[in-house]
This record gives sequence, C-alpha cells and structure tokens, in this order.
Amino acid sequence: MSFLSWDPVGVGPLAAPADDGPGNPWFSWQYVRDNAGALGDALEFHAGLTARAVLLALVVALPLAVLAYWIKPLTGPILALSGVLYTIPSLALLALLAPAVGTTTDTSVLIALVLYALLVLVRNALTGLTQVPDEVRDAATGMGYGRFGRLLRVELPLALPGIMTGLRLATVSTVALVTVGSLIGQGGLGDLILGGFRNNFYKAEIVTGSVLCLALALVLDLLLAGVGRLLTPWARRRAS
Amino acid sequence: MNTLSEAITWLNDPLNWTNPGGLLERLGEHLQISFWAVLIGCLIGWPVGIWLGHRGRGGAGVITFANLTLALPTLALLTILPLTPLGFGKPPVVVALAVFAIPPLLSNAYTGLRSVDPEVREAAKGMGLSGSQVLWRVELPLAVPYLAAGLRTAAVQVVATTTLATFVNGGGLGEIISAGFGLGISVGGNQIVAGGIFVVLLALAVEGLLALVQRLVTPRALRAARRRRPTAAAPAG
Repeated sequence: MSFLSWDPVGVGPLAAPADDGPGNPWFSWQYVRDNAGALGDALEFHAGLTARAVLLALVVALPLAVLAYWIKPLTGPILALSGVLYTIPSLALLALLAPAVGTTTDTSVLIALVLYALLVLVRNALTGLTQVPDEVRDAATGMGYGRFGRLLRVELPLALPGIMTGLRLATVSTVALVTVGSLIGQGGLGDLILGGFRNNFYKAEIVTGSVLCLALALVLDLLLAGVGRLLTPWARRRAS
Repeated sequence: MNTLSEAITWLNDPLNWTNPGGLLERLGEHLQISFWAVLIGCLIGWPVGIWLGHRGRGGAGVITFANLTLALPTLALLTILPLTPLGFGKPPVVVALAVFAIPPLLSNAYTGLRSVDPEVREAAKGMGLSGSQVLWRVELPLAVPYLAAGLRTAAVQVVATTTLATFVNGGGLGEIISAGFGLGISVGGNQIVAGGIFVVLLALAVEGLLALVQRLVTPRALRAARRRRPTAAAPAG
C-alpha cells in the first residue's frame, strides 16, 4: 500500500520491542492491546459521526439537486454558493458554530460536516442529472411518465453513477474532516492523534489513530464502490 | 447574534491587532507558511504533472494519489512530521501543507497538457518542432489557464488549511481561534468568532484575487468555455 510510504511505519521500528525500555516506537502492539477499548470507542464515534453526517447531507442534497435541475435559474446560484462555501476553512466554520451551538455535544462538528458533504453531493448529483440524454428524457415523456415518475424511474437511476461518486468523495473527505473536531474534543480518532501529540509526542498513539482513520476511509470507500456496482448492474454489463 | 456583535467589538480593538500574537503578527505567519507551502507544491506538482501530461501516461496514478491525500487527515501529517528529523516549528507545517497542495497542481497541469488538441500537436510536429519545442512553444502556452486554475485551488486550500497549524503550535491565524477556546466559550467566544470571521475573509480574498489572475492569464477565446468548470474537489482540511 503506497499510502504507508509517508512515514516509516513499515520499516525497522515496527520490529522493536515496545513493552519495555524508554523507546518511543512509531507503532506498538502493546499500545493497541492495552487501549483496545478506547481505540474501539474512538473508531465507533468516528464512524458513527461520519455516517450521520453523510446520511443527513444526502437527505438534504438530493431534493436540492432536483430543485436546481428542475428550475434552471437556480443552478447557477446553487453552484456558486457551494463554490464560496468550499473556500471557508473548516476550523473557522467550527469557530463560528461552536459558540452558538455549544461544545458539550458533537452537534457543531456534525453541522460543519453536513455542510461540506452537502456541497460535494449536490454538485455531483446535479452533474449526474444534467448528463441524462435529452432523447431519453423525451422518450420517457412520450411513454406517459409525469414529472415525478420520470424522475424516480428514469432520471435518478441514470444519475446514480454521479450520485455514488459524490457519495464516495463526501464519505472519504468526511472521515478526514472529523479529526478537526478534536479542537473541541469531539474528533473521534482525531482526539487520539492530538492526544498523542500533547501527551509527550506518543508516536504509537498518533500513528495508530492516523492508520485507523485511513483504514476507515478506505473500507467505507470500497463498501460504497460495491454498493454502487450492485445498484447499477447495467453499467457493469456494458463494461464486460 | 450577541457573540457576533462582541466579535465585531473585538475586531475593532486596535490592541487585538498590534499585540504580540495579535492579528497582524498571526496574519504574517499565516501568509508566510502558505506562501512556502504553495511554492514547494508548485516546484513538485507542476514539473511532474507537465512531464506526465507531455508523455501522456500516468493518469491513473495521478487520480489514485489525489484520492489518497483526500483520505489522509491533515491533522495526521501535522502531528507526525514534527516527530521526524524535520523537527518542530514551521518546516514540518510547510511540508505537510505542501503535500496537500500538490494534488490540485499536479492534476490540473496533467489535464491542461492532455487537453491540448491532438491536431494542434500534430501540426506543430509537422512544422518540424522537436518534442521539447512542442512542449515549450505549443503545449505549455495552451495549458496556462489550467495551471492558473490549479494554483488558485491549491492556494485557497492551503490558506484555509494553514489554520490547522495551531494544533501543533505552528502559528498562523488558527492560534487566535484556539486561544479563544483556551479561554472558554463564555469568555473567549468573541475572540473565537472574530478569528473565524477573519480567516473566512482572508480565504475569500485569496480566492477572489487568484480568480482575477486566472482570468487575466486565460485568453479571451477560452474564457466562456471554461466558466462552468467546477473548482475545488474537496473541502479544505
């Protein structure tokens, strides 16, 4: 896996005995075993927050994309707004939300995550919808489909590859973004990474948190890729 | 709304700008870190992207690399790099941010060179230009708008992400926000929101400025066709 090449996880220090001595190894199974509970909790929180953010964003994004698709004058403003919101730093967004919502729960992180995921999803869903060929749309109308029937039976299924691409992008970037929540102690695996840094630069904790974060992103991405393949059997048939 | 008006009051206090660790000093740090990160990103991302695009291969590798950096939390690189021989302070922060600046620069350079009309390339070859002459006189001038688009995306992203340097005491405007959190929401709320507003305005200013640059270096004939192109691929760190 090439993504491991950014630090020497795979070389030398891995083999070093971690249970004794004053060493500060990059990775230690001892640490993983001793803190399995905390690691599991952080992973669960991280995955849960990601899932809630992406699902909420999807529920809001699809109607928005359909709205922008039906009412053409809205397309420009919606895309422009998403472009502007993209430039807003996540930490700044969190800083604006946290005092208003409070830091005792993960609500402010969730809102920030939903906003960012929303933008990716709307953009990709809209791209998918606008790529439905005109002839297909005309044929569906000719077969007697109304506006909603055509949307549900023809246009949305054809836009599915675009929507799934957006969903994968949104999920992967949300997993990475959750870590920013550690600013207010609601960062899941990010709390581990930052905790290790503050706890006398405990490398094993930092690396374990980072690797789990990457692994979660990769697993979710593969999972969604599989779901996408199942949902669009026609694309697979065409490829083979 | 109450915190918001308090934040405006905070921003109106000149001492908050000129104090040690005030807005002006942090802004200077912020811009300095961002500048070096983008410069390193350009020095690596552009040559590699241009070379790959000129050769016409490696597209899958470019996409894989971009997707991997998307999954990599900025916080992970920011905390790991200071523990390597790079040491603490600004260098590891600059390197970490440069890593995230490379994908947009690289992929835009690659796309720019790939999107040169093959007929134009053939015509240049037919006129007797060598491979490197085609690159310098035909492909690169035509790819300039793409290079500018990549620079804009990368710079905005780096300026936004430099805020996170505060997690490892790397300086920058994020320090204002985290210092506010250090005081607690009830006391530092105004400072948190003021810092947030300031960073947002900075990001929007950089975006606007570079959008203007992009427009200036894009020949008139190419402007209309490229207006609808989506910009950033992912939210900044």
